[in-house]
Amino acid sequence: MGDEMPREATYSDAILEATTHAMETDPSVIVCGIGVPDPSGIYGTTIGLQERFGVGRVFDTPLSEDAMTGIAIGAAMAGLHPIHVHLRMDFVLLAMNQLINVAAKCRYMYGGRVTVPLVVRAIIGRSWGQGPQHSQALHSLFTHVPGIRVVAPTTPFDAKGMLATALRSQDPVVFVEHRMLHGQRGHVPAEDYTVPFGQARLLTEGDHVTIVGVSHMVLECLRARRHLLDVGIAAEVIDPVSLSPLDIGAIAESTRKTRRLLIVDHAWVGSGLSAEILAQVVETLDGEEGIRYRRVGFAPTPCPTTRVLEDAFYPNPASIAEAAHTLVNGSDTSWSPTGETSPEIEEFRGPF
Amino acid sequence: MSRADLRRRLYRGMYRIRHAEEEIARIYPSDKIKSPVHLSVGQESASVGVCEALRPGDVVFGTYRGHALYLAKGGDIRAMIAELYGKATGCAGGKGGSMHLVDPDAGVMGCSAVVATTIPHAVGYAYAAKLRGEDTAVAVFFGDGAVEEGVFHESLNFAALHKLPVLFVCENNLYAIHTHQRDRQPLGAIYEYGAIYDIPGRCIEDGDVFELHDAAVTALTALREGKGPRLIETRVYRWKEHVGPNDELGPPHRPAAEAQEWVDRDQLAALAELLDEGERAAVEEEAEREIRDAIEFAEASPFPDMKALYTDILGS
Repeated sequence: MGDEMPREATYSDAILEATTHAMETDPSVIVCGIGVPDPSGIYGTTIGLQERFGVGRVFDTPLSEDAMTGIAIGAAMAGLHPIHVHLRMDFVLLAMNQLINVAAKCRYMYGGRVTVPLVVRAIIGRSWGQGPQHSQALHSLFTHVPGIRVVAPTTPFDAKGMLATALRSQDPVVFVEHRMLHGQRGHVPAEDYTVPFGQARLLTEGDHVTIVGVSHMVLECLRARRHLLDVGIAAEVIDPVSLSPLDIGAIAESTRKTRRLLIVDHAWVGSGLSAEILAQVVETLDGEEGIRYRRVGFAPTPCPTTRVLEDAFYPNPASIAEAAHTLVNGSDTSWSPTGETSPEIEEFRGPF
Repeated sequence: MSRADLRRRLYRGMYRIRHAEEEIARIYPSDKIKSPVHLSVGQESASVGVCEALRPGDVVFGTYRGHALYLAKGGDIRAMIAELYGKATGCAGGKGGSMHLVDPDAGVMGCSAVVATTIPHAVGYAYAAKLRGEDTAVAVFFGDGAVEEGVFHESLNFAALHKLPVLFVCENNLYAIHTHQRDRQPLGAIYEYGAIYDIPGRCIEDGDVFELHDAAVTALTALREGKGPRLIETRVYRWKEHVGPNDELGPPHRPAAEAQEWVDRDQLAALAELLDEGERAAVEEEAEREIRDAIEFAEASPFPDMKALYTDILGS
């Protein structure tokens, strides 16, 4: 009977497996970052790597995000394939010169003669009072810029396969993780496999509304979908997985079918990825009438620390379901679901 | 190498750069070179003094004032001039221009338009070389303004921590555009920053090319032996404006006496005195022919196909 059970693993395990496999098969892969060899191993994603692959290939770094990013880039220019880990995406702001001015430009400005195969793992924080500087989701800063790929896998399956893809690519890749995803369990094949860039994943089918979720919001959208089923609304939930390049075709096709598109970004709405997705879908479906659109995201404020305000800052299954309900039934209906909770948020204990 | 050979090689390297830069300045007003040029006239000794001490397999990183380094390290001169002209045959196919010269085949790994940006690249390259057990040395060139950026200090810290084979070369030309070093830094001695990170530092006060070359040889020997990075500051003087083809050897931006002092100790002129007439003429003639050929090559080369706009953004 064991043979028929799909193998399960956590998101953290999936990242560790992809990293381990890459390091075993490709001597150019190295892992660095603040806290990488720590016994807690970046939420379990780097545990045991230094013991196994040595201090040359797996190392802690000084608190120098700017230079360490440049050093990873220089190592990549020399033929290594570094994975540079940031415990919080907020810290990546210290490395923007290297990522935007160098990593995203080298191949182009050096006429294809220099490549920067680099994976930047950036973890979005949430819960337990992360506050305004430990919770930011800044993927839209990177999707704005040509020359750098951005991925945000949500399932353990995609985390493993997408990291494997990133480590086979010769491009800089920002690999967006979410702290609330690390403990998620799901099907993860034991063997090595890849998940392609630029291919969205249709998670559930439905005829009434298309809901696109980004990063952790995918889980919240799936919960919202269950609420919506209670009132006879079948939502088609799409996880883009790859944010740049974006599989706009899959989202547009679903929207063409459902005539309703709700985009739930794990980020602020203004000038963000949700605006880009919406604009591209509208351009793709230009001329089609009767389609309604809506975006949901963070409150337009910094992230507050106290839980009572933090809860109101993020979209949640109920608010997502309400937004979808309004899209389907019009704004004069009022409906407020209860029941679905988000255990990874409720059960999370800090400190980080 | 005999001292006579070294003299000839240094003179060749410096004359070639001086003449190339002057030719670029001469052509510039014609608008054939549509790329901001940051010329190294007066600063040739820095690149040549160090690069003559490097091996062909060694690697350098530079700045937007990068023509001298590119040529001193053996970058393809035709590809450089063509790059300035924006031609398809340029070292980056015309997509980088004067500020982003590159020639990986010659160990010129790239130049950046943002001050101090390539310093950590050299450190990372050296980390890779050390990890693979190669004896490649990496030299990174930057100006006096770069030491005001945090990444300079972060890079020295990591390079020293891992005893990496990196030679940090500060070409101190005293000015960040028009702002003198004394108006930007409380300490005048950049080489002394090395000591904070346990990196031996050395200063060549007057840009003397022999002194610099010897210092580079000593430093490279040490870092190849695993003794960790070295820092050399060499004081030089930029004869041209920060960007563009015109001389800037006096008011309103600099004291005339200061400029004259540096012109009087021009390393190229001093070296010329040490060569016999025939040897000197032969070196100059060869360099002039090479530069003339590169200019003709650039002028005759095609501009990139419009398809090039969309190539080399990402890999497949």
